Amino acid sequence: MAAVTPLLETRGLSRSFGGLKAVDRVDFTLQPGEIRAIIGPNGAGKTTFVSLVCGRFPPSAGKVIFDGEDITALPAHRRVRKGIAYTFQITSIFSRLTVFDNVALSVQRALLSGGGLATASLKRGAIEALERTGLADRAHETAGNLAYGHQRLLEVAMGLALRPRLLIFDEPTQGLSDGEIEGFVTLVRQIAQDATVLLIEHNMPLVMALAQTITVFERGSILAEGTPSEIRDDRAVQDAYLGASADDD
Amino acid sequence: MSGPAVRNDRPMAAALLHVAVVLVFVALQYVLPDYHRAVFSRVLVLAVFAMGYNLAFGYTGLLSLGHAMFFCAGLYGAGMTMSMLGWNVAAGLVAGIVCGAALALVIGLLALRTTGVAFMIVTLMFAQVLYLVILYFNEYTGGDQGFSLRPAARQLGPFDLTDPTTRYFAALALFAAALAVTLAIVRSPRGRVLVAIRENEDRVRMLGYNVFAAKLAAVVLSGALCAAAGATYAILFGYVGATFATIQYSILPLLWVLLGGAATALGPLVGTLFMYYVVDITSNYTTAYLLFVGVALILLVLYFPKGVLGTVRERWLPWLP
Repeated sequence: MAAVTPLLETRGLSRSFGGLKAVDRVDFTLQPGEIRAIIGPNGAGKTTFVSLVCGRFPPSAGKVIFDGEDITALPAHRRVRKGIAYTFQITSIFSRLTVFDNVALSVQRALLSGGGLATASLKRGAIEALERTGLADRAHETAGNLAYGHQRLLEVAMGLALRPRLLIFDEPTQGLSDGEIEGFVTLVRQIAQDATVLLIEHNMPLVMALAQTITVFERGSILAEGTPSEIRDDRAVQDAYLGASADDD
Repeated sequence: MSGPAVRNDRPMAAALLHVAVVLVFVALQYVLPDYHRAVFSRVLVLAVFAMGYNLAFGYTGLLSLGHAMFFCAGLYGAGMTMSMLGWNVAAGLVAGIVCGAALALVIGLLALRTTGVAFMIVTLMFAQVLYLVILYFNEYTGGDQGFSLRPAARQLGPFDLTDPTTRYFAALALFAAALAVTLAIVRSPRGRVLVAIRENEDRVRMLGYNVFAAKLAAVVLSGALCAAAGATYAILFGYVGATFATIQYSILPLLWVLLGGAATALGPLVGTLFMYYVVDITSNYTTAYLLFVGVALILLVLYFPKGVLGTVRERWLPWLP
């Protein structure tokens, strides 16, 4: 594992909002092919951290290195072209366009980077992403009319269609039913066969089932990192989640 | 895209419709009385102005309040090179379009750093600057009096563009060209990105598109189309004046587009034609004709909130481009 170039690495990554240090000198490493979960209490800086990784806003300090290349100065759209895809915490689709058109925009971007934009491959790519997410029979529906669970899936399909090397999910199962969550687990396992997955999630059973490694954030820093069972048994993590420290008693 | 039922898309029907519209206008030339033929010539040119505006506002969602400056860039770009440098019609037209595109590039680079209300104010301000510049250099521009182009200068090869019939067909040719350009842009993959930017800019960025570059391209194309309308206006009607740089001529294309249907290819024509006649007819009877314009707008907002063609597309013809 040590010999492989990490897919993603951050060094001293920080971001302040006014006096608040939302992300504070985070050193983080992600190996290719991993499914990694980031957990932590609300306001721990998880979303801010992944936003810095995908370039939605610039860091106050520190570096982001993707596949051995320093991408700290690259704008978000260039990072997407390098292979970092982000799915939004709050569903962010083109609600007045059809499901097909939503995904076609992603496929089109991937094809433009690949050199040729042929109508046939555009259609094939879009249908493939919709089939993987089980939305193929809704291709012609207006995206905004989909049920919430399907909108979340569309969000995933848009990320998938970019053919990313790193796919970042920000609380993907929020608001989904148990049945939908089960389908999502299967989908992420499939995706992980040819992409690295970074997942922010609150649903602990899901995290325990999916992730190979878990990183715990608290107050903008990494509190702990390890396998699901290590994290489950970690005293500091239990304290962070339960709120009260046993030492104070 | 010929895939069955995947998209609400009927390219053949759309193409035939637009060819038919152009042919109807060809036929109208032989039917319309002189006065209305002259009105139609003017409306066709102004509709191109609205189509340019529609590209930025309707498709890309950029609400500019300064598009009069692009129309004027074409108007003065053609008018001044023809009257002062003695350029011919073709060179004047090209000069006008180049002026419009260049101005749009500069304004776009500056104004697109803002969004929403700030964008409206910045574009409004730049248009006002151009208006004052035109007045300030009245020695060359004729100030608010403007200047006329000599009929002798308004000849294109064998065609006399001061002749009403030739003028009508020249206006129609410009309109058909602008329609073809608009359709080519909005149906292209890049055009789909513009619509996506209007719908959800942040998402487009996170799909890997350079949003700023796409918007800048939309503004430059929009400016070039508006300038083509301005240049043609100068050439066909022979008058260049600062009235066209006033705020009124920035608001009008917005109203025409809203009336006809934002983000529809033919909406700008419908809106321009309708508005022109409402003003034309009511001003025969009363000086308070703006009252009727207001009433017409209120009725449209109530019954056709997406403009005439926008509503038609929503209810009956989903394939309408």
